[in-house]
Amino acid sequence: MKVKLHGTRGAYPTSSANNQTYGGNTPCIEVINGEERIIVDAGTGILGIDFDNCYKADRIDILLTHLHMDHIQGLAFCKPLFNPNKEVHIWGPGGSPVSLQARLNRFLSPPLFPIALRDIPAKLSIQELPYKTFTLGDFVVTAEYISHPGPTVGFRIQCGGKTVCYMPDHEPVIGKSHLFPENDWVSGFQLAYRSDLLIHDSQYSKKEYRHKVGWGHSTLDIAAEFCARTEAKHLLLFHHDPAHSDDERTRMFESFMQKVNYDFPIELAVQGDEIEV
Amino acid sequence: MSAHEIEIILSRQLADCLTVPVFIVDPEGTLLFYNEPAEVILGKKFQDTGPMPVGDWGTSFFPHDEAGNDIPPEELPLVQTVKNRMPAHKTFWIKSLNGKSTKISVTSIPIIGRSKNFSGAMAIFWDNEVIE
Repeated sequence: MKVKLHGTRGAYPTSSANNQTYGGNTPCIEVINGEERIIVDAGTGILGIDFDNCYKADRIDILLTHLHMDHIQGLAFCKPLFNPNKEVHIWGPGGSPVSLQARLNRFLSPPLFPIALRDIPAKLSIQELPYKTFTLGDFVVTAEYISHPGPTVGFRIQCGGKTVCYMPDHEPVIGKSHLFPENDWVSGFQLAYRSDLLIHDSQYSKKEYRHKVGWGHSTLDIAAEFCARTEAKHLLLFHHDPAHSDDERTRMFESFMQKVNYDFPIELAVQGDEIEV
Repeated sequence: MSAHEIEIILSRQLADCLTVPVFIVDPEGTLLFYNEPAEVILGKKFQDTGPMPVGDWGTSFFPHDEAGNDIPPEELPLVQTVKNRMPAHKTFWIKSLNGKSTKISVTSIPIIGRSKNFSGAMAIFWDNEVIE
């Protein structure tokens, strides 16, 4: 199984020259197993996917963690949506009195977008994620609600004996510097447990977090503590703050790494990277 | 291993920030968490006891009526909420560790999250003498 990172930036896309090392596109990853692929999140990173060459099959599955703008912004311009021969399945969290389709329609309709969802040429299927593990081709997918404002899920995706966990927006404890001591009180614990690759929110430094408690994001410290606690094997720090230049982000990371001594690899996610799991 | 549902975890995070005693139970009435102010009522620390079955926690603060008659656990608001999955409220007396009776009001609510499953209930204990 491979994971391709098409967008690693949080909040809003940036084309600044200072953000080209880690990339300026907002969250989107592809999980790939041979010819089988699923797309997770539809930030502006989704626009970098080579749909013509990589998606020969008619069916495309897009899983959404939540509907904050940085995770759906690319959807409106996603090529297969405008191809009547394509069958696009969009999966997202329920948990609202308003249906997923109606919530997406707020964005994919005038005046925010010229075309209404009902007029999208592709065969669209918009489905709320089931509250149980389900299968998409070769992939076994589990979605669970995690701590972030509004209905937000994290994903555990298993294939061929390997597991990827994706939690781009996650504040596992609110206003505290450490997780609760008991594992069963840690948001998202089961999703990440012993995963081979954990892609986790790490937007803030500890100092920044003090002013952003409850905004739904993690520090590098909490992301690493979460990885250690869940015994995940490899941590990819994700959802880079666009307000940080890449140099600042690198310095933040290096300074963090000097202070800790974890026994698993920790890296900053880089747009365009492909990771073998 | 099984983890608690997110709404239970977030309830604990809220309870952790409050100065009123808060109890959180699972759908069977097992006490999953109580905050520091609640430790004073129970005379026990959460870190020492961990989860407690209803038979243990329901009697440990000696709930009684004005005449001093014991109130059985099944009549406590939190246990009522677990049974009926509806909010409940009751004013009664509890005996503190020094033997003094204190009039309290308890309000409990069901915790039903986005999955629409009943995940448990939480109750706040309000010491009426504090406000009088």
